[in-house]
Amino acid sequence: MKGAGPSAGSRTFFSKLREGDEIARLVTMIFAATVVVIVAALVWELWTNSALPRQKFGFHFFVTEVWDPIADQYGALPFVYGTLVTSIVALLIAVPLGIGAAIFLAELAPPRVSDTLQFFIDLLAAVPSVIYGLLGVFIIVPVMRTVIFPALNTPFGFLPIFKGPSYGVGFFTAGIVLAIMVIPYIISVSREVLLSVPRDQREAALALGSTRWESTWKVVVPFARTGIMGSIFLALARALGETMAVTMVIGNTPKVAASLFAPGYSIAAVIANEFTEATGDLYLQSLIELGLVLFLLTFILNGLARILIIVTTQKGSGVAG
Amino acid sequence: MNAKLRWRKFVSNFMLAMTGVCAFVSVLVLFFILGYLVFNGGASINWDFFTKLPKPVGETGGGMSNAIIGSGKILLLASIFGVPIGFLGGVYLAEFSGKGMASVVRYAADLLNGVPSIVIGIFAYGVVVLPLKHFSAYAGAFALGMMMIPITLRSTEEFLKNVPRMLREGAMALGASKWKTIATVIVPAAYRGIVTAILLALARVAGETAPLLFTAFGNRFASTSFSQPTATLPVMIYTYAVSPYEDWHRQAWAAGLVLLGLILIINILARTILSRGIAVPRS
Repeated sequence: MKGAGPSAGSRTFFSKLREGDEIARLVTMIFAATVVVIVAALVWELWTNSALPRQKFGFHFFVTEVWDPIADQYGALPFVYGTLVTSIVALLIAVPLGIGAAIFLAELAPPRVSDTLQFFIDLLAAVPSVIYGLLGVFIIVPVMRTVIFPALNTPFGFLPIFKGPSYGVGFFTAGIVLAIMVIPYIISVSREVLLSVPRDQREAALALGSTRWESTWKVVVPFARTGIMGSIFLALARALGETMAVTMVIGNTPKVAASLFAPGYSIAAVIANEFTEATGDLYLQSLIELGLVLFLLTFILNGLARILIIVTTQKGSGVAG
Repeated sequence: MNAKLRWRKFVSNFMLAMTGVCAFVSVLVLFFILGYLVFNGGASINWDFFTKLPKPVGETGGGMSNAIIGSGKILLLASIFGVPIGFLGGVYLAEFSGKGMASVVRYAADLLNGVPSIVIGIFAYGVVVLPLKHFSAYAGAFALGMMMIPITLRSTEEFLKNVPRMLREGAMALGASKWKTIATVIVPAAYRGIVTAILLALARVAGETAPLLFTAFGNRFASTSFSQPTATLPVMIYTYAVSPYEDWHRQAWAAGLVLLGLILIINILARTILSRGIAVPRS
């Protein structure tokens, strides 16, 4: 189509057509364009099908605590709160562990050991979330109820975040399961970023008399800082959108509670649980609006993460080359 | 001075040891998961699990043959939908594209890759379930196929671009047209990588539950066609695990073991194919 304009170009166009080049180009282009169409349709679908609650509730949707399908009143606060709290708990656990492990894999372990461990980490990332949910329900929930809750509640029970009673399910349990799920992502990306830090940075620090840890912590990690931040954003995006494992252990109660041991709800979990039962347009569209919120949150975080990771790895190769 | 140096060395060794502990703990989780599933699932898995249909609520026994077949059906259909788009789109990005269009496609693919799976489910519900008026294997396959596209697309592009220039120019010099070069030289040179990517994409969606909840839905009987609600292993694990019945919990463990085993085997297989070496040396 492109070369069909001028007469000189049209001959090359037809000769190319005979050899099939233009056809191949067009066919593959159509398939590539399908991807763009699908994404555009996804955004369009989410936007148009959440018009009702956007008009009716406006911004109040996000600050209202009431979620009452019978009275047809919908507020997203408990879900937004639950999503944020569980994700923060997950990051508090996963970030130190993940970055520590990444430092070990990138700086300390011999290449063979590092590659083997990375292989296991990749397998861990492949475990489906419903399996984590299964283990969460039958292992972490009972342990939470009988061991961890008493251990934290007895000495610190006066703090609102450790108040009882505990049913085993709740924000904290969901946070732990999420932490286990996002650690592989943090390790893989952080390791990659740390490995891209140029050698001379380390050697310069060691030559100036710093210990191995000082060269790692004060030179290599700051050099890779933005990329590590990127891995954290990536993990956060995963945690926010995670559905099954959270649904199975969070308790599915639409309440804003200060205690980490209280049962709660998350955006993804309420969609999973109530979407098929949603009767009435406003109910269904409120759930779709929650989906839209989730989409926008992960969209922003993934975008930020990608920029940070690219900036860091390019900085590394730029200095080295 | 000396004491300070000793302290610094102690801190160094201690912190480095701690990073080792972090790595060890993270990897240990995998073996813990595997061990627990093998222990619990192994005890409850039996021949009935693979061959029988689920029993009515309250009766013990029965199996998940319908879910195993359902998962297979949906994964097959998802591959038929997702792999061509991903593969040919990747060929376009690597071989034919100009700058503008390529970056848009790449951006769309990365965006799609980051979309939470439950949101994909909402989309598939609106696009497939509502027009067809009921839950179906088609809808589930549409959702899963969508998730396969970005992985297949970006890896195909990557592996095609890694094929050395020499091969490309050799074919061109012999007078082959561009698409002939691609079809007979470049794609065969990169096929290991592409097969790996497709297998990994398949393994990823095989365990997805959230997008199937309101697309394929579930079914306690054997569904005979693609346009009926269809049971799948991940959704069965979910419904059985949150149910109050002891026997269902037992079967959830068995299904979990089967599913995880399948996914890990595909993963290991894919990675061995890749580590056998791409057929051509990297530039």
